[in-house]
Amino acid sequence: MNPAASLRTALRALRKNKLRSLLAMLGIVIAVAAVMATVSIGQGAQAKVVQQWESLGANLLVVSPGSLAVRGVATGSGATQNLTRDDATAIERELTSSVLAVAPVNKTPAQIVYGDQNWFTQVQGTTAAYLQIRDRPLAEGHAFGREEDASGAKVCILGETVVKKLFIPGAPVLGEQIRVKHVPCKVIGILTSKGNAFGTDEDDTVLMPWSTVVRRLIGSQSDAVGKVMISARSSQHVADAEREVTALLRQRHRLSDQAEPDFQIRNHVEMQDAAEKNADTMATLLEAVAAISLIVGGIGIANVMLVSVTERTREIGIRMAVGGRSRDILFQFLTEAVVLASAGGVIGLALGIGAAQWMAVKSNWPTLLSPPVMLGTILAAGLAGVIAGFYPALRASRLDPIEALRFE
Amino acid sequence: MDRSRADAAPVVEARDLEKIYRIGDVEVRALRGVSLSIAAGDFLAIIGSSGSGKSTFMNLVGCLDRPTRGTYLLNGRDVGKLSRDQLARVRGQHIGFVFQGFNLLPRTSALENVELPLLYQGVGARDRHTRAAEALERVGLGDRLDHTAAQLSGGQQQRVAIARALVNRPSLLLADEPTGNLDSQTSLEVMGVFQELNQQGLTVLLVTHEAEIAGHARRIVTFKDGLVLSETSPSRGRLACEQRSSREEHSA
Repeated sequence: MNPAASLRTALRALRKNKLRSLLAMLGIVIAVAAVMATVSIGQGAQAKVVQQWESLGANLLVVSPGSLAVRGVATGSGATQNLTRDDATAIERELTSSVLAVAPVNKTPAQIVYGDQNWFTQVQGTTAAYLQIRDRPLAEGHAFGREEDASGAKVCILGETVVKKLFIPGAPVLGEQIRVKHVPCKVIGILTSKGNAFGTDEDDTVLMPWSTVVRRLIGSQSDAVGKVMISARSSQHVADAEREVTALLRQRHRLSDQAEPDFQIRNHVEMQDAAEKNADTMATLLEAVAAISLIVGGIGIANVMLVSVTERTREIGIRMAVGGRSRDILFQFLTEAVVLASAGGVIGLALGIGAAQWMAVKSNWPTLLSPPVMLGTILAAGLAGVIAGFYPALRASRLDPIEALRFE
Repeated sequence: MDRSRADAAPVVEARDLEKIYRIGDVEVRALRGVSLSIAAGDFLAIIGSSGSGKSTFMNLVGCLDRPTRGTYLLNGRDVGKLSRDQLARVRGQHIGFVFQGFNLLPRTSALENVELPLLYQGVGARDRHTRAAEALERVGLGDRLDHTAAQLSGGQQQRVAIARALVNRPSLLLADEPTGNLDSQTSLEVMGVFQELNQQGLTVLLVTHEAEIAGHARRIVTFKDGLVLSETSPSRGRLACEQRSSREEHSA
């Protein structure tokens, strides 16, 4: 019997027992649906995390002032003021082989007023390098340069959210005077929108020259910086950059070899790797759960197939009497099991995708449908069918035709 | 099947066939040395009580089983030592079965039932339909192709089974108690079909325990305790169709 005829025979047999076929599939349907839904939600979440890490800036190192232990009580990072503008300048000047860009950042919350509108947000004092490091090109206008930083020029770059809060849609923004705290300020640029990253609105921000923020808004004469953002030349340079920055800062801060550093460096590439490793662990766990579900589903099919073989003993006898060989019978029942499992896989796939989409819409979760995973799941379901169907099919094929014909 | 070869050798040539079953420690000698020859175009009936070995003999002739001892030539070919799958092939090509219980596939149309042997011969779909429809027409069911077993009477079901046995153009038709589940009127009809087919040249082997049914054959062989007891030839008389018409006259 050729495969096409086998398939038709199997489909006909399954159609004759619709309810039983449906129940046999159910295990696989649920297994595949659950796996599809969790995988697509999990992959969506992972993709979003990766995207968020990337949105922070490529190959990013963040140096912040270290914690200061006062009589054994740690005061937390940023408590000291020993990281300075000069440190940032030194890194930029001396570590050109591994470091691409350096930007000092000082933040202060501020009330911003334009006309009769006002908004409260974080103002970041930095240099133009910040835009490069954070990968935030300007949608409109231009960045501030060295002179504006040196002179404490009263200029600012606005994030989208701030623009929306202060200006009527369509109204001119560039060149307008706004007030940041008590300082009148000219808008010279608008950031491209970046959306949310880790729960913070990246567009709800105002960028100003570092000295403008520190000298005019905060009113400090100190050179201390809140943090220094560094972009390494490439992902291969991140480790070098971290080591060199550490050595340079230790030297500049005159720390002995044994002393604890008075600064800390966060390596975003490492953190990103850790996050991805976590996601991989979850994926492995999910694969294990998927495998177990498929085994359970396969047992369901094996069970139904065994009953079916017993119930259809006489049919098997007839088929053998009219010339069906053992392998024809084996193939017929194996085909039935594989069709059951694959159909269950396809139905489960559809249900799983539906469930994932529903969750995506309902809870605003990102989902990702990966064709290789879908194909793999269907193949795994089919394989479960082959394994589950083999023993019942073998039993059917080994029946004695005389006994089978006599079976009541 | 090569016609000249079939003419030269008997369709069935059994020599000292023995079949011993082992049930636990007990040996059951179902056949104890049966020699029998069936020529092409013959219509042989085997009669005997249950336990006489007639069903065992039938299974051997039908290539459903292999003899313990002795040789069995089907169309001159020794099939006693063939493997399971080789036997299945021989069954599919040379033998047609008709059973007492009809043994049609449930919830399956008459046409599909008749197509079944062709399916295992690898005959293409269009050819299968044509040949199955032809076979059903031959047994007078050309207008019932799409009926399932449940929608057919006992006699009609047995006709479907006969069509199924004919569709692969076998050299031997085996009928095992074909009238056992039928009333006497329908039994006559079915026997009439067998006689007709035999007159068209088909070799028929009938197994029954009813002497009256056996009377429709050309030769009657009686089995007892695994041996051939006797052989008679009813004087080529009792044509089922004549009998049927005489009965109809009686009842009229």
